Formats: sequence, structure tokens, C-alpha cells
Amino acid sequence: MSETPTDHRPGPGNGPARPLLLVRDLVKHFPIRGGLLGRPVGTVRAVDGVSFAVRAGETLGIVGESGCGKSTTARLLMRLLEPDGGGMAFDGAPVGASGGGMALKEYRRQVQMVFQDSYASLNPRLPIEDTIAFAPRVHGVPAREAGERAHALLAAVGLDPAQFARRYPHELSGGQRQRVNIARALALNPRLVLLDEPVSALDKSVEAQVLNLLADLKERFGLTYVFISHDLNVVQWISDRVLVMYLGKVVEEGPVEAIYERPAHPYTRALLASRPAMDPARRRTEPPLTGDPPNPVNPPSGCRFRTRCPFAEPVCAERAPAAADLGGGHAAACHMALPGSGHSRAGRLAA
Amino acid sequence: MSGAAAAREAARPAANGAPLVRVRDLTVRFVSRDATVCAVNGVDLDLAAGEVLCILGESGSGKSVSLRALMRLLPRTARVGGSVEVAGQDVLAMDERRLADFRGGVVSMIFQEPMTALDPVFTIGRQIAETVRRHEGVSRAAAEARALELLELVQIPSARRRLSAYPHELSGGLRQRAMIAVALACRPRLLLADEPTTALDATVQIQILLLLRRLQEELGMGVIFVTHDLGVAGEIADRVAVMYAGRVVEEGPVGALLAAPLHPYARGLLGATVHAGLRGARLTTIPGAPPSLERLPEGCAFAPRCAEAEPACLAAVPAPRRPAPGRMARCVRVGDAAPAAAAGAPRAV
Ligand SMILES: Nc1ncnc2c1ncn2[C@@H]1O[C@H](COP(=O)(O)OP(=O)(O)O)[C@@H](O)[C@H]1O
Ligand SMILES: Nc1ncnc2c1ncn2[C@@H]1O[C@H](COP(=O)(O)OP(=O)(O)O)[C@@H](O)[C@H]1O
Ligand code: SF4
Ligand code: SF4
Ligand SMILES: [Mg+2]
Ligand SMILES: [Mg+2]
Repeated sequence: MSETPTDHRPGPGNGPARPLLLVRDLVKHFPIRGGLLGRPVGTVRAVDGVSFAVRAGETLGIVGESGCGKSTTARLLMRLLEPDGGGMAFDGAPVGASGGGMALKEYRRQVQMVFQDSYASLNPRLPIEDTIAFAPRVHGVPAREAGERAHALLAAVGLDPAQFARRYPHELSGGQRQRVNIARALALNPRLVLLDEPVSALDKSVEAQVLNLLADLKERFGLTYVFISHDLNVVQWISDRVLVMYLGKVVEEGPVEAIYERPAHPYTRALLASRPAMDPARRRTEPPLTGDPPNPVNPPSGCRFRTRCPFAEPVCAERAPAAADLGGGHAAACHMALPGSGHSRAGRLAA
Repeated sequence: MSGAAAAREAARPAANGAPLVRVRDLTVRFVSRDATVCAVNGVDLDLAAGEVLCILGESGSGKSVSLRALMRLLPRTARVGGSVEVAGQDVLAMDERRLADFRGGVVSMIFQEPMTALDPVFTIGRQIAETVRRHEGVSRAAAEARALELLELVQIPSARRRLSAYPHELSGGLRQRAMIAVALACRPRLLLADEPTTALDATVQIQILLLLRRLQEELGMGVIFVTHDLGVAGEIADRVAVMYAGRVVEEGPVGALLAAPLHPYARGLLGATVHAGLRGARLTTIPGAPPSLERLPEGCAFAPRCAEAEPACLAAVPAPRRPAPGRMARCVRVGDAAPAAAAGAPRAV
């Protein structure tokens, strides 16, 4: 099989595409050190058993409140962090496994990331064309060819190379810098791009420009996206499927229409209902949720949402709900969605 | 009589009809050796007692600087022109002593980052009590009772216990509530809010917006609320003023303005805001970027990005047009209402 991205796009009529990335029971705990000796005094259960698949050619959106583990998940997917448990397979091959797996170096070429902070991954002392050409150079692309690729990518992200190639990051606006980051991420012809809040720091008019650009590039280069955001409207706009996270766990997953039109988990419903209405005639008087998300150092037993859930019952404290299959790839981890769970409303939500 | 009480007393006549805030031709320039930044370029604002005005605009449009000018919170490099009256008092003419009574007593401010307003080394209870004592000279016990009352007012659970909490011990949403409690300590008549919910998650943001609206109604406060988010304006505003390059380019009642903005910039902003139901559709964008505030273009500052620009746009800064009652836009394409039609239907756009 050749390594050009286009070869991996799911063709029409090929049946269900094999997942490009498969994630199983991913765990990442951070020790909290305290006292004079810096001994571990607790654990942040940032990502606590997360499984999902990313299909080739799709955009998978990940939403949830801050601190629920979205960025940690992205850094695990990018292998900037070593997982404490679980594993990943890329295009069918285990990632980083000794013998028969995919070497990390190769994996990191195929998977790239764009961060919220547009300064973070740009070298302030390099003109942007050199930043974009840097990774190809490291991977052995001759200087001249790497430079040509940088110019082509600048043009592809809407920055005229003649005008912008020699500029330094501080000479660009936030939106322009984010375009450069996108160009940098595409320089090694990746197949999967992880976007962690890529438009969250931008003004609305610029956000719209960058979102249109991301949609164009996906089409043009046959990319697959994992798009992380706390903005539910943006995730709805860009995603094919959506994953909802709460305190290090996936609570609901499904096609974008199912999540937004038939949310099954009480947390998803509350998140959606928390969006400002944009219509003063439809103002509400009660907030959908009270309080802040609890601390992931000491998550509640059983269902982690139970301390804020209006439907919590004793069973919710006793057992963590398994994901209930609602059909069509839609699943929710709530006892109400699980027939026979012991919750008084169990089964009523099932599709 | 204490300073704050005197300041409030002096403010009293404004309650009978006169607006709580009256700003005319406000200009703010930051002058340094190498450049002059024209941050605010002739802003007029009116706010009635008990009214909520949202100032809406993208970053750099002059929202925070305008808000800070109302409280004289700008650095010394700022050259402020025009007039600012709050509760009948000429803010730009106040000396330091009157200003100290005015701040907190008549007007106070909340911010995006609560630690801007909270002191990390004192407990929440102490900070509120000190503020009350400084302004009103009441006894320690009375000030402490007031602190508890305020934490309950902003719906901090276990309020009595939280009096002895330090700011860093509170979650994000509680810290925001504590900052609001400090701001309300001396019952201001005007609350200035600079993006106080921008850093919050949607589930917490809506809680704070509902709290602010309830407090505003119960206390009869006027509120000027700065935001870049149309949705937030939709939840909290009575009226909205849209800023661009240091000017108010459109103003109107929130419902009418969000449903059908008149100014091409306001329309562009609405079109670019991703909302439900746009899936699959290409987003409308505004080409280009705002002008440099060091070299504002002649005439309409939006002209270089405006699809409807015509020669008249460049001749002078467009004067306010009032096509319908309560609505204003600074755009040559917006017609003034004919006198007879002034009370009738808004002009179609
Ligand atoms: N390097 C780290 N050390 C300790 N705690 C961390 C670290 N990175 C993240 N965390 C914690 O893990 C949790 C999840 O963080 P994060 O993945 O950044 O969430 P999100 O991106 O959804 O806001 C948070 O409680 C955060 O404070
Ligand atoms: N102290 C200052 N010195 C120089 N320029 C300033 C200062 N404060 C603000 N500005 C400039 O004034 C303009 C308006 O800023 P601001 O009111 O903060 O915008 P926003 O609408 O984002 O709140 C910006 O260009 C900003 O850089
Ligand atoms: S499992 Fe129980 S607590 Fe959790 S979301 Fe469902 S009903 Fe609520
Ligand atoms: S005045 Fe002219 S340039 Fe300015 S917004 Fe109106 S039509 Fe556009
Ligand atoms: Mg994050
Ligand atoms: Mg500001």
C-alpha cells in the first residue's frame, strides 16, 4: 500500500470503513504532589477509561466542560503523553507496540495537532516559511522542495506567500497565526489532524474564516479530523459524529444529528440547554445545571454526573453506568438508558 | 454622613427622569513617543436607571477602554475627551477624593478574571466587610453581617462557611460570584461588567447571567455589560450598542437588533456567528481585518471591508441615522425615518 493520503479515503460502496484510529480504555492519571517532600498526595483522574473510534474521512467532535479531559485525550492521541493504561491502533496496527506495531516516529508523521494558543507551536525567531518547512526538512525532504511545499501550503491556507513567507509570528494577527499552524500541521501530509480548541481564541468573524478553511482543506487533502471544543455550536457545524466527555469519561457518543436532536444523557441535554438562546423572547429563568463540575481528584462514585443530575437515584451512586446502545452508533452511559439497570426510569429512553 | 452615602445622596436627583449614564463624544487616545492609538472615537451612550446595555464588539474595538473611562480607571497615558455624567455627576471633573467615594459607592465593576478584583491574601468575608466599612463607616459586626447577606444574595452555597475561604479555595463559578458580591457591597446604582462570563463554561455562564439579571432587577441597578458574544447579549441585554474601531456603529433594542441588524458590520457579525442550524452551510465571513487605530481611515471605518461601500462613505464619518424609534446606525445606506413614519414600522433592510 502506498503512503499517499488519498489511497486511504473510504471509497463509495466499500462497506463500513475500518477505523483510522481505534482507542481502547485509555487512562491518564496525574499525581498531585504535596508537602515538603513532594510526595504524591492524590491523583487527578484526567482520562479514565476512554474508548472510541475515528473513521477515515470523518470529523469527530469532542465536547465537555473545561477540565473534563479533552486536551489530555488529545495529547494522548498525539503521544505527547504516555498513557497509564489502554492502547491505540492506527489503520489497524497497534501504536508504539514492540514488534509488528507502528513505530512512534511513523505514527507522529501521520498524525498532527493544532493547539488553541496560536503562538505555542511557532518558533518566534523563525520566519513562518521556515517553521512550516522545518518538519519536512527533519524528515529528509531537500531544502528547496521543503521551501516550495511551505509556499504551497501558505497559499492553501489563504496567506499569499509573496507577502507572508518571511514574516515572523509576532507580525501576524491571531487568525493569520492559526492559519500558519494549520499549514505547519499539514506539511508532512498527515492523515489525521487533532484540533484542540483551534478557533476558541479568535474573534467571531475570524473564527468563521478559519472554520471554512478547515472544511476546505479536509475536502482537498482527504483529511480526518478530531475537533475538540467547548463551543457546542462550532462542534455541531463541523462534526459528523460527537463524543461528550464528563470528568474523564465518555458519557455519550453518536452521529451529530442524534446528539443534538435526541440527546439521551442528562448531561448532554443540560450542556445543549445551556447555550445562549440568541433570542430574548426565549430567555429562561432557571439554569439547566447548578454548580461547577466536581474535582477530578475525587470524582463521585458510580455515575460521575450524579452530584449534578436531576434524575440521580441510589443505583447511580452504586454502579457506574455502562454505555447503552441506542442504535445507529448512538450510545449513552446512563442508567436511565439501560433497561433493567434498576433506575426507575430505565428503558424509557431506549430508541 | 459617610463618603459613599454622600455620593449616593448627590446622585439622588438623577433618579427623577434624568438618565443614570450620559456619555457624549467620548474620545480616548493613548499617546506615546512612537504612536497615538485612537481607541475610542466619539462615543455617545445613554443608560436609564434599571436598564441593561450590552456593548458588543470584537477585540480591540474599544469596549474595555470605554467602560474604564466611565470609572476613570485608565492609565495616565490616556487622553480622555468629551463628557461623562453618571448619576448626575461630572465624572471627568472629579478630584481623587470624590472619585474614591464614587467608585464602589455609585458605580463598581466586575471583570473576566475575578483575581483582578479579589485580593488573594484576604478571606472573601474580610474583603467584603472592609469594603463596606471603608465606604460606610459602619461597625465591624454590621459589616460582617452584610458580608454574609451578600454571599447569600449571590447564591454561594454554605455562605457562612465560605466567608472564611480564600479566593483560591473557590471554584471558578464561585469566585465569579464572590467578585460580584464585593462589587455589590455598597449597593452601587451602576454596575460595569467587562466580559465577566467569557472564561466560563456554558453551564456556569448561564448561571452567572441569570444571577446578574436577577440582581439587577431586585436592586434596580443600571448595568453596562461588555461582551463579544451575541448570544450573551441575547440573554441579558435590554439594548445593544455595537462597537467598531472605537465607535458605536449601531444601537437598538436587543430583540430588533439581533433579528435584523441595520449596519453592514453588525450584519456581518451576526452572519459569522456559528449557531444551530447552519450545519453544512458555508459560513459568511467579513473579509479583511479592522483598521489600525493609529491610522483610522477617513469616513466610515468599515468601508475597506464593506461590500456596500460607495463614495459617500469616505467623505465623512457617517452621522447617526434613526430609521425607527430606538434604533440608530452610522451608515449612509440606512435612511432616516420620515417624520410621519417615525413611530411606524422599522424600515426593511
Ligand atoms: N500535567 C498535568 N498535571 C496535573 N494535572 C493535569 C495535567 N494536565 C491536565 N491536568 C488536569 O487534568 C484534568 C483534565 O485536564 P484537560 O485535559 O486539560 O481538560 P480540558 O482540556 O477538557 O479542559 C484537569 O483537572 C487538569 O487540571
Ligand atoms: N494602556 C493602553 N495603552 C495603549 N493602547 C491601549 C491601552 N489600553 C488599550 N489600548 C488599545 O486600545 C484599543 C481598544 O482596546 P480595548 O478597549 O481593550 O478593546 P476591547 O474592545 O477588546 O475591550 C486596542 O487597540 C488596545 O490595544
Ligand atoms: S446514571 Fe443516574 S446520575 Fe448518571 S446521568 Fe443517568 S440518571 Fe443521572
Ligand atoms: S457607511 Fe458605507 S462603508 Fe460604512 S457601513 Fe455603511 S455602506 Fe458600508
Ligand atoms: Mg483543553
Ligand atoms: Mg476588552
